[in-house]
Amino acid sequence: MFINSALSLAIWLPIVGGIAVLATGDDRNAPLARRLSLLIAIASFLATLPLYTGFDIHTAAMQFVEHRVWIPAFNIDYYLGVDGISLLLVLLTSFSTVLVVISAWRVIETRVAQYMAAFLIMEGLMIGVFSALDAILFYVFWEAMLIPMFIIIGVWGGPNRVYATFKFFLYTLLGSVLMLVAFIYLYYQAGQSFDILAFHAVRLGMTEQILIFLAFLMAFAVKVPMWPVHTWLPDAHVEAPTGGSVILAALMLKMGAYGFLRFSLPILPDASHELAWLMIGLSLIAIVYIGLVALVQEDMKKLIAYSSIAHMGFVTLGLFIFNAQGVEGAVVQMISHGFVSGALFLCVGVLYDRLHSRMIADYGGVAERMPVFASFMMLFAMANAGLPGTSGFVGEFLVILGAFQANVWYAVLAGTTLVFGAAYTLWMYKRVIFGAVRHEKVATLEDANGREILFLTLLAAAVLAMGLWPNPFLDIMHVSVENLLKLTAVSKLSP
Amino acid sequence: MQNVYLAIPLACLAGALVSGLLGKVIGRAGAAAAAILGVAVACALSFVVFHDVMVAGHHFNGPVYTWGVSGGVPMEIGFLIDPLTAIMLVVVTFVSLMVHIYTIGYMHDDSGYQRFFSYIALFTFAMLILVMSNNFLQLFFGWEAVGLVSYLLIGFWYTRDSATFAQLKAFLVNRVGDLGFLLGIAAVFMYFNTLDYRAVFAIAPQFATATMQIVPGVDWQVMTVICLLLFVGAMGKSAQVPLHVWLPDSMEGPTPISALIHAATMVTAGVFMVARMSPLYELSETALSVVLVIGATTAITMALVGVVQNDIKRIVAYSTLSQLGYMMVALGVSAYSVGIFHLMTHAFFKALLFLAAGSVIIAMHHEQDIRKMGGLKKYMPVTFVTAWAGSLALAGIPPFAGFFSKDMIIEAVHYSQLPGSGFAYAAVLAGVFITAFYSFRMLFLVFHGKPRMDDHTKHHLRESPWVVTGPLVLLAIPSFLIGLLTIEPLLFGGYFADALKVLPAHDVVGRISRGYQGLGPFIAHGLQSPPFMLAAAGVLLAWLLYIRYPQLPDRIRARTQPLYDLLLNKYYADEFNDFVFARGARGLGRWFWRIGDVKLIDGMAVNGTARVVGWVAAAVRQVQSGYVYHYAFAMILGVFLLITFFLHR
Repeated sequence: MFINSALSLAIWLPIVGGIAVLATGDDRNAPLARRLSLLIAIASFLATLPLYTGFDIHTAAMQFVEHRVWIPAFNIDYYLGVDGISLLLVLLTSFSTVLVVISAWRVIETRVAQYMAAFLIMEGLMIGVFSALDAILFYVFWEAMLIPMFIIIGVWGGPNRVYATFKFFLYTLLGSVLMLVAFIYLYYQAGQSFDILAFHAVRLGMTEQILIFLAFLMAFAVKVPMWPVHTWLPDAHVEAPTGGSVILAALMLKMGAYGFLRFSLPILPDASHELAWLMIGLSLIAIVYIGLVALVQEDMKKLIAYSSIAHMGFVTLGLFIFNAQGVEGAVVQMISHGFVSGALFLCVGVLYDRLHSRMIADYGGVAERMPVFASFMMLFAMANAGLPGTSGFVGEFLVILGAFQANVWYAVLAGTTLVFGAAYTLWMYKRVIFGAVRHEKVATLEDANGREILFLTLLAAAVLAMGLWPNPFLDIMHVSVENLLKLTAVSKLSP
Repeated sequence: MQNVYLAIPLACLAGALVSGLLGKVIGRAGAAAAAILGVAVACALSFVVFHDVMVAGHHFNGPVYTWGVSGGVPMEIGFLIDPLTAIMLVVVTFVSLMVHIYTIGYMHDDSGYQRFFSYIALFTFAMLILVMSNNFLQLFFGWEAVGLVSYLLIGFWYTRDSATFAQLKAFLVNRVGDLGFLLGIAAVFMYFNTLDYRAVFAIAPQFATATMQIVPGVDWQVMTVICLLLFVGAMGKSAQVPLHVWLPDSMEGPTPISALIHAATMVTAGVFMVARMSPLYELSETALSVVLVIGATTAITMALVGVVQNDIKRIVAYSTLSQLGYMMVALGVSAYSVGIFHLMTHAFFKALLFLAAGSVIIAMHHEQDIRKMGGLKKYMPVTFVTAWAGSLALAGIPPFAGFFSKDMIIEAVHYSQLPGSGFAYAAVLAGVFITAFYSFRMLFLVFHGKPRMDDHTKHHLRESPWVVTGPLVLLAIPSFLIGLLTIEPLLFGGYFADALKVLPAHDVVGRISRGYQGLGPFIAHGLQSPPFMLAAAGVLLAWLLYIRYPQLPDRIRARTQPLYDLLLNKYYADEFNDFVFARGARGLGRWFWRIGDVKLIDGMAVNGTARVVGWVAAAVRQVQSGYVYHYAFAMILGVFLLITFFLHR
């Protein structure tokens, strides 16, 4: 029984829990709201573990499937299931939420219950996105996701939050509209079904495929984000509170890449091959162009935001070179980027909580005052630069191996991240952490406290584990990736 | 034996973790003891392995664990223990142990004592992972890990801007090399579908004539592409021109790490790698030629820069660059065993020279300018004698270690028929003269002549404590003897056997060995050959200029000012890189950001769309005036238009 509805539990436990947290009322009950949120976040994380322990790595079929009728008039079902790719993203979601709750413990002082609830509800919705097998159900989760994020940035955000929230909301909403149109078209082609797996089997002509591909591209490219529809991300990050940035970078961006994996590649194999040049081109622009842009940022959050875009370029590059190394590297990169960018945003949060500045120039010499914190941040900076032994290396390495097979120049351009990635990350690190103490405020900094050390340690363990022994992660996804590549390799054009 | 192999790197890692993570708990002495114990265990076990390989002839090649599998291809962490690995193990752990002991004295007053021990033990671990690897993945792990620790150590005094600048520069320049290296690994993976050395080496000959197209229409030999890409990595790590720029700046770190990382071990990684890849390099004469020419260029140009330096550590640093060039030259002419031989002798005498320089720096209260030294021999007898031993070895004076290895390199180049070997021969011969000159210039200026330091410093001059001089003596012994003792077994006794592969056509060492009649004749022949004469001339010139006629150098400098400036500014390579690459990248980034992102995408597309929506809305809003007669008029107009349309269609 429990295993049969494990996914539902993973989705609804945090959502119902979030509503319960809301019920604790105003800030007089903040301590209760905090404790309750942590409890629910941990319970939700534990609720996703049976998915991992019970997962069969030998089949590409969807597992933990739940299939119930929802809106019979339009054949819309409540249909859930995970494969080796979405399972990892579900686990990443529940893990990250725990960290966000811990990180907000003392930092958020106003409307605590609402803040915590927004994250818990968002967790449920994101797990919904990653496990929905009905296109409309997917769409509902996908769009519903925006609301808590909109609120988080809009209420707890920085001074320019209104511009940032509207930009974020409109960008992503506009992108998604065409996706809905594509779903409806596919609904008729699939014999009046919104079953995503049925979409995979639909035969489509080239023109149809290209049009649907472009419609999907609008939705997914904005989320990833790919150049040139990326400009909402730096603004959203800069204005978002720390927890918002973590979820945005660690999880929301993955939804776009997941969309390509679940929809574009298997449903539109011919268009994917036909337009691969475009996807690869945009990915390489993201890696090189955005890498250079990141180099000159003066705001730490903006810098990490741009670095996120560059790293996501590896994901889209890996997906569209159609080989095992590329796709597996892309999935690994998604998970790893969740850890590393989340960790870096939390690091900036730790500094911001103390000095209330994100500007690089306001720091310098932090290592003198915060040696423990500096060590953690060094690890995450190195992971961001893709150092072997950290998770950041695995995805980049596999994607470069894959890209070289597709075309030497893809690998050369992608490989520039070795230099640029190290340059922007370590140059920022140098200016913030090293050097003599130049500002009075820096001289008063106190090192990371127990709570901060806790979440940094959790992330450090994840980054190192995945870097030193990625095989357990790879094992989970092998068969699913193989299946995806098989679907992508078979033409859907009628003979 | 497998447990012993595993214990060698893990002992160092344990030492690093204990001294790093528990440094506060166990205190300074505890941290030092933990790190030294770890490395000492590794060193002892390395000798056990060396003995096992050499005497019993045991080899090992096997996995430790599967790192990952992708597309059905396993990528493993594993060890390859053969004569090449064994000799590297001994050199790395021995020099590292000496440096660890020396550190007790050198870093005595530093507040980062525990951190320093943790880093150097971690470094030893990284280097061991690199040399013990049996596959390209782990090689890259070690490769990058030594880069990381080097970064941490160069910036050890992180409050100094010069140090944090140097560390960033070192890391980024190395990363440029690593990019080539990684692409080389990707090429190996693509063509051989495995990253395991043994499998790759076994299939490689089948690809001897295979070609690929990087630029459409131009056929490239696959092996040449692979070897050149891998060599780009070696150029970064082993600081070959033009990726040499990071090494002199790395002297910002504490002296012990200069000895360990920037002389004896990390910078030899590139040399080791090329030797390890000999089965691949043998298949591409183009690649070998490139290695040869780059090596020879580095050897001569960097030696020239060493002549004009005045910072004691920088002189030694430039001599390292030049000697690394020599090693590359040896590899280029397929004399891999000679390259490794020079790597080994150089590791001992260069570590010795750096540590001796450090000893001088302690005595001089961290003054590093040799123009402010002089006459130190009577204050620091042990440092003085050992520095002489190191310099004689570096200059290649028989029977010191450097003589054998350098003479063999020059002989090997002499026998080579490879394109570029003529240039290389001239370069390495000239290099001998320059090397002897600058190393004795340093020696004379520091230890001989009149003291030129201020009275306060002079008053406090004294020999360093035993933890400093002990390692000097222990390194001076191999600097003196190691060449004499090992040249026969290593080069002519077939020690390396299958570990290094040389095609018969390239076998210059074999040709030399046919004429080899024992140590005595070898030395006797060496004494009559041009290299020795040049070295002696270099020493003599240094003596003339800096002892006999000390006023001469200034006059010569005045006559040759442009050349002097060129050398003093290191051929303006730093200025060039700074202007073109550092500024160029930032300028391009700023342009992309301000013009691309802010102006075009956000300014025109995004906010522009919003503005257009605003204008349209404002225009349309005028129509909703709220007056009934406006709406009535619109309705009548509409009805009229509809009627007209239906009547006339």
